[in-house]
Amino acid sequence: MSLIRIRNLTRHYVMGVETVHALRGVSLDISKGEYIAIMGPSGSGKSTLMNLLGCLDTPNSGSYELNGTNVADMDDNALAEVRNREIGFVFQSFNLLARSDSLHNVELPLIYAGVPYEDRRERARQALANVGLAERMHHKPNELSGGQRQRVAVARALVNDPSIVLADEPTGNLDSRTGEEILSLFEQLSRRGNTIIVVTHEEDVAQHARRIIRIRDGLIAADEVNPNPRAARLVGAAERVPAPA
Amino acid sequence: MRSQIQLMAEVREAFGMALNAIGTHKLRSSLTLLGILIGVFSIIVVATAIEALQGNIEKEMSQLGSHTFQVQRFPAIQVEDDMESVEKYLRRKRFYLSTARQLEERSTLAKHVGVTAEVDQGEVFSLYAKTAPTVSYRGMSPSAFETRNLVVAEGRALSETDMESARYVTVLGADLAKKLFPFGSPLGKWVQFRGVKYTVVGVLEAKGSIFGQSQDNFMSVPITTVLNRYGRETSLSIQVQSPSQEAFDDVVEQTRGVLRTLRKTPPGEEDDFEIVSNDSLINQFRSITLAVRAGAGIISSIALVAAGIGIMNIMLVSVTERTREIGIRRAIGAKKRNIMTQFIMEAVVLSEIGGILGVLLGIGAGNLAAAMLLTPPVFPWDWALIGLGVCSVVGVVFGTYPAWKAANLDPIESLRYE
Repeated sequence: MSLIRIRNLTRHYVMGVETVHALRGVSLDISKGEYIAIMGPSGSGKSTLMNLLGCLDTPNSGSYELNGTNVADMDDNALAEVRNREIGFVFQSFNLLARSDSLHNVELPLIYAGVPYEDRRERARQALANVGLAERMHHKPNELSGGQRQRVAVARALVNDPSIVLADEPTGNLDSRTGEEILSLFEQLSRRGNTIIVVTHEEDVAQHARRIIRIRDGLIAADEVNPNPRAARLVGAAERVPAPA
Repeated sequence: MRSQIQLMAEVREAFGMALNAIGTHKLRSSLTLLGILIGVFSIIVVATAIEALQGNIEKEMSQLGSHTFQVQRFPAIQVEDDMESVEKYLRRKRFYLSTARQLEERSTLAKHVGVTAEVDQGEVFSLYAKTAPTVSYRGMSPSAFETRNLVVAEGRALSETDMESARYVTVLGADLAKKLFPFGSPLGKWVQFRGVKYTVVGVLEAKGSIFGQSQDNFMSVPITTVLNRYGRETSLSIQVQSPSQEAFDDVVEQTRGVLRTLRKTPPGEEDDFEIVSNDSLINQFRSITLAVRAGAGIISSIALVAAGIGIMNIMLVSVTERTREIGIRRAIGAKKRNIMTQFIMEAVVLSEIGGILGVLLGIGAGNLAAAMLLTPPVFPWDWALIGLGVCSVVGVVFGTYPAWKAANLDPIESLRYE
């Protein structure tokens, strides 16, 4: 059974008198454990697709089944719960709470999930240790490097054990070396069985995925298996990212 | 159970973030909560001062003995000052010594019936004092010492013999005795009032002072002596003491009946005299201070509404500033309700900090004012709690719209917000 099953998804926006058709009927199946890149130039509709996949938005028509439940016409509260349990977001600009330390940032999803305090703290610590930041638990985002911030964000995405990790241009704000660091982290996660969807416009980043979906003008232009995904080139960074336990 | 844990966690998170947010903008937050502080301060300072004074005034009003009430022509606290009602009191028949005697004969339940008259004020001389203090000159019957709660410290009280013979003897208040006879016992010596000499037979125990006003600055002489000097028509006050608290109401009723008969009050008409007890005095005083408190309450409500608008304003700024944070929280699973809670909590915490400071400063300042009038400090718990309760309400009321706005931001838009 597919983890994600999308049929004829459409989404349009009314901008003044004009209607912008961002998605014109997308169908897609994603299985558990896949590592997928969604590519497309700006205006192609890839952001819209990502918002729909991440349950931040609802489609105008079509169906979206996530883990067997139809989320296309869920209400706001139900969507919030789905985002909390099923989806881990990684954003281009990290999107950490600036005034909270790493630990609090990572435990935030668990607070909304209603996990008791001790349990929550323990899981957040573990998640930070898994991305190699055991030493940085009580640092605030402005005390961390870009790569470290993005790793905190990855830890936050993973802490509630979601079905999908949804990364929107995860390396966009990083230099190429730290970018590779994050991509290598994704590879490790993928090997552990996490489902990863990376939305990007960089061919370089997309080449790490095992399947590449190209979007153009609101439709899927190509959906192909990447025969030989590129491994992250870790220049002296290997020892900085320990293998997840 | 699980939902309880969740609620706790959510509230805790909201509280932590509220403190965090307030701490980040210290100046802004303190300016905002200043309004609340002033609002709460104004009501608490008035309530504290009144409560401090009240304790004292109530003590002062307890000058009657236990289970005692007083019968008089005028009400104890006169609120109306128009001629008509004043005339109503003035037209009332006076109480004479004979009235008191007849009352004493006829009332079977009363323990004591005392008679007093405060007829004059003037300078009193003694051989030993350099200056002549101004005192109040009171006529008293022997039983009035019981009914007025006066205890003799030295010598004796006025006696029946003093009264029957209308002797020129006096019992002095403690302060007065000290002023007139600084070096020795006043007993057996004379004092002179309005050119007449009185022999001192007793000195009373000190009753202390209220608002710096001595309660012991008077001389008491037999009531008959007063009537001889000031005329038989002098109006008197009669005090009646009940043997116990239980019998009090019965004694009041009997006295009322006897007095109506003696004064020939037609049936069906209201009493043409006032019955005043410690309790009725205190109640009347309370009803007056209530008006003052209500005034302070109105002023502070206006201040609190103004402060609430300030809070709403700053919360709207806060929501805009934190649009990104709201987007993040929504993306990782916060429901609208969670965002609402967070921002309402922030408004309530802000308002409560102002409230607590206002209560503390108000109680401090109120007690300072009270201390200047030599009264002991008080802590008006009820007003403090009401004040803090109102602060929470202000926080919720004025925090709801900004919080609602925050909760209804579009998550996608807010994530992109710069």
